[in-house]
Amino acid sequence: MDTVGGEVNASTLTLRLQLQRSRAGSAPFLLDVSLQVPAGITILFGPSGAGKSTLLDCVAGLARPDSGRIGVGEEVLFDSRAQVNRPPQTRHVAYVFQTLALFPHFSAEENVAYGLTGLPHAESTARVEEIMKAFRVDKLRARKPAEISGGERQRIALARSLVTQPRVLLLDEPLSGLDAELKSAIVDDLRAWNAERRIPILYVTHAREEVDALGERVIAMDRGRVIGAGTPFEVLEVPRRKRLAQAAGFENLLSGTVVDLREADGVMRVRLNESRCEIEVPLGYAAAGDRVLVAIRAGDILLATSQPHDLSARNVIEGKIVAMEPRGTLVRARVDCGVEFVVHLTPGAVRALELAEGRHVWLVLKTHSCHLVEE
Amino acid sequence: MDALLLSLRLALCVSAILLAGGLPLAYWLAYSNWRGKFMLEAAVALPLVLPPTVLGFYVLVAMGPRGPLGKFWQTFFGHGLAFTFEGLVLASVLYSLPFAVQPLIASFESVDRKLLDASAVLGAGRLRTFWRVILPLSIPGVVTALVLSFAHTMGEFGVVLMVGGNLAGVTRTVSIDIYDHVQSLEYADANRMALVLLAISFSVLSVVYAFNRQVGRQIGHRLWTPWAAK
Repeated sequence: MDTVGGEVNASTLTLRLQLQRSRAGSAPFLLDVSLQVPAGITILFGPSGAGKSTLLDCVAGLARPDSGRIGVGEEVLFDSRAQVNRPPQTRHVAYVFQTLALFPHFSAEENVAYGLTGLPHAESTARVEEIMKAFRVDKLRARKPAEISGGERQRIALARSLVTQPRVLLLDEPLSGLDAELKSAIVDDLRAWNAERRIPILYVTHAREEVDALGERVIAMDRGRVIGAGTPFEVLEVPRRKRLAQAAGFENLLSGTVVDLREADGVMRVRLNESRCEIEVPLGYAAAGDRVLVAIRAGDILLATSQPHDLSARNVIEGKIVAMEPRGTLVRARVDCGVEFVVHLTPGAVRALELAEGRHVWLVLKTHSCHLVEE
Repeated sequence: MDALLLSLRLALCVSAILLAGGLPLAYWLAYSNWRGKFMLEAAVALPLVLPPTVLGFYVLVAMGPRGPLGKFWQTFFGHGLAFTFEGLVLASVLYSLPFAVQPLIASFESVDRKLLDASAVLGAGRLRTFWRVILPLSIPGVVTALVLSFAHTMGEFGVVLMVGGNLAGVTRTVSIDIYDHVQSLEYADANRMALVLLAISFSVLSVVYAFNRQVGRQIGHRLWTPWAAK
């Protein structure tokens, strides 16, 4: 079972499930995971199609696993062996969808109050007011969702889900499409709300930046399986698999052949595919002659216009800029060194060094910026 | 004027019955995963393509003294169904069924499924989800269903003729009345009634389209029109 730190206690969401889905025209999809989500925010990270949303649907009771068990603390929500499958209505699992699914015909206040039934009027009014204040949307009470801005709609969806005092909160990319500042403000309010309640929050995203911004714990998924769990650094900075490396934003994925191992130095030399270009990478489980895959972030590569000397970095590679593409606040340069590297530069650096296509440059790579990944 | 009042009474009864019965039927047709659903869908749509005389013929036979419906009615109410107002209502309900059910299905289906999931996750059962989410978001469909079944019943001819005959004050509806006038070469009378029917139909439909445009804009739904029917 993949646990991701944090204290395992009576509020922990525990799940182990298998679900097979056949989709027309493609290979059958198998979701097979086993994990524990303790109180606090846990990020479920992976490329689209990894099975993240299906996993959430199973927890909420909107999809039924073929087998397994889902429980919160002592309470069983689903158990195929004991034939328990509680309907979504009684699970006390809150779920904020990517589309938010606010009721368009209700005002913000009516939306938030929707899940509160069987309470005295005064109490439900008080709870709605309290949660709308906690998420700073108490001024929008009478407005319909269509009259409310994006970030505030997200806040109302959160308030609607949390007013029922759920035992688990599921968030399916609820903040996609918001800018970073708005996003972190909402997450701060969510953390504040959860500080005293301590429920497990499972936050699904495929965006690398969100992991960095939120992250205490990450569970990485791909093709229906958990492929890593731990801190964002453990899971994403040192990816062990190619698909995760791609998802985690390693722009350079280069295949090569191990030339030799230098155990004493903790490094080995790798010749990159069909080129004379050799780089030094941290020692991995490989022998001379093995094929390996090296992942390097475009932002971890330094670029110099004259050959640098006296550097601690072990890899200095000569090459030529073949393309420069402005991408918002950064410039993406493609450099041909026998193999092609992608390098991220700031517009300021491009101006200062007078970089342009055709320019002769040297790339500088620290050994520990080069990560070995599995296919 | 008897004929017009009779037609109005008939149309009101039929619309009310179709709304009450059409809501659960349409709900089931919109959300059921049953394999054999297509057969029921086909059966509901049948009156759209069947000649009214064919439908009327079978209903008449079923209502006759030896038909199952006729016998049943005789046992409980002491008189037959054929050539009575009740018989006419029953036949008209069948005949106008698709005009009530199809707009309802279309508007139920256009309600975002995620809203239904959200409602369930928030603890609402099927009934609460239906009353609080599905129905309010399907108001244009409900209005369309009501009005189309009303207008369609007002104008029906073949089924009434087969099942109801032509008894003044009991089964002689406007359309039959117009036919009678034409047969007796009373063109002025026929024209008067025809104009009334035309005016009613046109104004009713105008009101519906105006209303649906208004509401549809608010809740962002596609609208059901007879020519968009399946």
